[in-house]
Amino acid sequence: MKIPQKRVHKFLRHGKKFPHVWCPGCSNGIVLGAIIRAVDELGYEKDDMAMVSGIGCSSRMPVYVDFNTLHTLHGRALAYATGVKMVKPEMNVCVVTGDGDSTAIGGNHLIHAARRNIDLTVIVINNNIYGMTGGQYSPTTPTGDFATTTPYGNIDPVFDICKLAEGAGATFVARTTAYHVVEAQSIIKQAFEHKGFSIVEIVSACPVIYGKLNKKGDAPAMMRDMKERAIPVKAFEKLTPEQVGNKYSRGILVNIKKPEYTAEYTKLMDSLQPQKGDK
Amino acid sequence: MDKFKHEIRLSGSGGQGLITAGIILAKAAVIDGVNVTQTQSYGPESRGGASRADVIISNDEFDFPEATKFNALLSLTQEACDKYSPNLRPGGTLIVDSTFVKNVSIMEGTIYEQPFTQIASEKLGTTLPTNILSLAFMVKITNIVSIAALKEAVIASVKPAYADLNRKAMKLGFDLADKNKAEV
Amino acid sequence: MAKKSKKNIVLMQGNEAIARGAIAAGVNFFAGYPITPSTEVAEILSIELPKNGGKFIQMEDEIASISAIIGGSLAGAKVMTATSGPGFSLMQEGIGYAKITETPCVVVNVMRGGPSTGLPTKPSQSDIMQTRWGSHGDSPAIVLYPNSVLESYELSIRAVNLAEKYRTCVILLSDEVLGHMREAIEIPEIDESKIIKRIKPNTPPEWYKHYPENPKYISPVASIGEGYRFHVTGLTHDSFGFPTNRADEAEIMNDRLKKKITHHLDDLIQVEDYMMDDAKIAVFAAGITSRAAKEAVRNSRAKRHKVGMFRPLTIWPFPEQMIRDKFKDVKAVIVPELAEGQLLGELKRVLRKTNIKFYPIQKTNGELITPDDISEAIKEVRK
Repeated sequence: MKIPQKRVHKFLRHGKKFPHVWCPGCSNGIVLGAIIRAVDELGYEKDDMAMVSGIGCSSRMPVYVDFNTLHTLHGRALAYATGVKMVKPEMNVCVVTGDGDSTAIGGNHLIHAARRNIDLTVIVINNNIYGMTGGQYSPTTPTGDFATTTPYGNIDPVFDICKLAEGAGATFVARTTAYHVVEAQSIIKQAFEHKGFSIVEIVSACPVIYGKLNKKGDAPAMMRDMKERAIPVKAFEKLTPEQVGNKYSRGILVNIKKPEYTAEYTKLMDSLQPQKGDK
Repeated sequence: MDKFKHEIRLSGSGGQGLITAGIILAKAAVIDGVNVTQTQSYGPESRGGASRADVIISNDEFDFPEATKFNALLSLTQEACDKYSPNLRPGGTLIVDSTFVKNVSIMEGTIYEQPFTQIASEKLGTTLPTNILSLAFMVKITNIVSIAALKEAVIASVKPAYADLNRKAMKLGFDLADKNKAEV
Repeated sequence: MAKKSKKNIVLMQGNEAIARGAIAAGVNFFAGYPITPSTEVAEILSIELPKNGGKFIQMEDEIASISAIIGGSLAGAKVMTATSGPGFSLMQEGIGYAKITETPCVVVNVMRGGPSTGLPTKPSQSDIMQTRWGSHGDSPAIVLYPNSVLESYELSIRAVNLAEKYRTCVILLSDEVLGHMREAIEIPEIDESKIIKRIKPNTPPEWYKHYPENPKYISPVASIGEGYRFHVTGLTHDSFGFPTNRADEAEIMNDRLKKKITHHLDDLIQVEDYMMDDAKIAVFAAGITSRAAKEAVRNSRAKRHKVGMFRPLTIWPFPEQMIRDKFKDVKAVIVPELAEGQLLGELKRVLRKTNIKFYPIQKTNGELITPDDISEAIKEVRK
């Protein structure tokens, strides 16, 4: 068996790109590892991989991987990725985004990319906070929680990213956590293999900012929290509302087949080509 | 050939097909092989509201694409007539749809008042080709483009299913013009 | 009247000419969002692109549209989007991104009355300064503005060419009247040799720099998926494209963005000089307003008045040196514009060391400035 670490190294950019910008205890590195191992298992060529991101902590990921990498503007990763995929449908296009990037400033792009069912693989690293700017509340900051812009507690209701994506038409929707790293790798792999819009929400820990503001303890404590609260989807469905409490489901929530956008466009182009014999 | 420059404005309200008529007139000028520009002005709505199309036809160089002093003005509404008829050139031709335009007064020039919309409704069973009927009338009266070119432009511009209807509308317009010319 | 129509002469709308020019220039990806008065560009390309091996997508808004074309360009396509004022405002962040990442793209802005939603179906020229300074930060700008349907076609091709050559966002201006106007034009034969194709790198991937130092500031560029695996970021970056905070690297980047324009002014700037040689009175006008200006100047010349017209086809970079040269003997300049002094301010800056008197004509009510308006001004100036 190969040493996993060595395999990961093949996909990283060395030299001046490390050390990375992420804080101690941040889940982003775990997610990066899961993505890389999924790509390695699938045997995708690095040249055929494009990683596109917006702005935020998670969106710094592309700089570290030796793919075709595109670090774009806040919220816009999906729109840039749509352009890449339209022009080069043969590329495996992966979008790495955060909760604020994908559901606040980029919410419009998220629902429309999902609606088109364009073959992008979206990894949403949900840490419940704007980390890069120092801890402001996001659409997934739980109601009642504290952020630098909710000094009296958050009165905003939250987005359920997976339900949002499902409602918008995503054909592969899954949720897992940074604690369930083997499951994360397996789900990301299936998301890549899915022909159509796939989105994987990865519940993650931001102990340095979100954790500190909300007294969630250190990184291991936040990981234990994920372990306890994230329930496999089949088991979750059997829970009574009382049992659900603050628990959430993990696993593949939606996996259906529908016509994929770039394939449909190629068909449309083919249908417009003059038939043989026509002038 | 003497140099000429015709400034034509087709005016009325949105939905009366005036911009289409302007494009057809411009196409006819292209067929005649002369210089032409066609511009338009309309409101944000696609139906109702003031609408106009300008066509400038010349065998000489010209630059400004909007009509400012009209050699010929077609007005299908009272509002358009009131607004634009003061800018008719001396010796110009004002053609109005008397179905809607009840008061006309200009200092100089020739006025033709014909109930185009009513004629279309009665003779063709639809008011849709009023634009073509009145355009044909205008062309026959003013000779701004050749009749052959207009016919070709109309048929090239309308859907095949409407070709016959528009041919009939054109003929009505031409005949009406001949009758009026004789009277003048 | 004898028929003398030529086969290739067609009646074409300004917006259609832009779309046809884009196809002729090799544009093969367009993303856009409907907005009056630019929508015909999108409509025509939605018909033509898929027939010609290209692709069209209607995005959810203008921000998504500019983002998608930049993504498409990085993947190797020649790209365009088209919009008007409100959409152009939304596109500013993407325009800045295209400029800092040096990604070729063309943004068509068919100007309408503003501010805000303004006059959607009326012409304006009040985005001139936005095309230069609309996106935050200093950045280069190449902006073209035709004044006829034929020129809309030609400058559409030129905009795509310049975007590809200089690796930047080129803005093609039009206005509501020009965009919707129809004129008889003879479509020029496409000269393939005049269609600029992106220069591809021939270095091995490990040596590839996405932003190499180059005395001419023009360099080969790889696309996503060609084995070069470069990084693109809107952050200030080094020659490889990786983010940097180093002052020396930031300086090199910003210097290149500026100098790739200033080192190629001869290639970038196009103007029309109409009877300027002995002119004592000049009319300085662009786009649709220059049509009125030229007519007024022609009428004035018929009366043997020494009047000329100077028209920039390239709005940015502003043709400063050409203006200074051409205006040496000019005593007064009339500046008609459908804006409140945007061209005027720039012209005053360029001619600040002269004694030339300035006569603005400004309309922002949605109506055009007419030849009569300008003739009146000429009369006034001659007093």
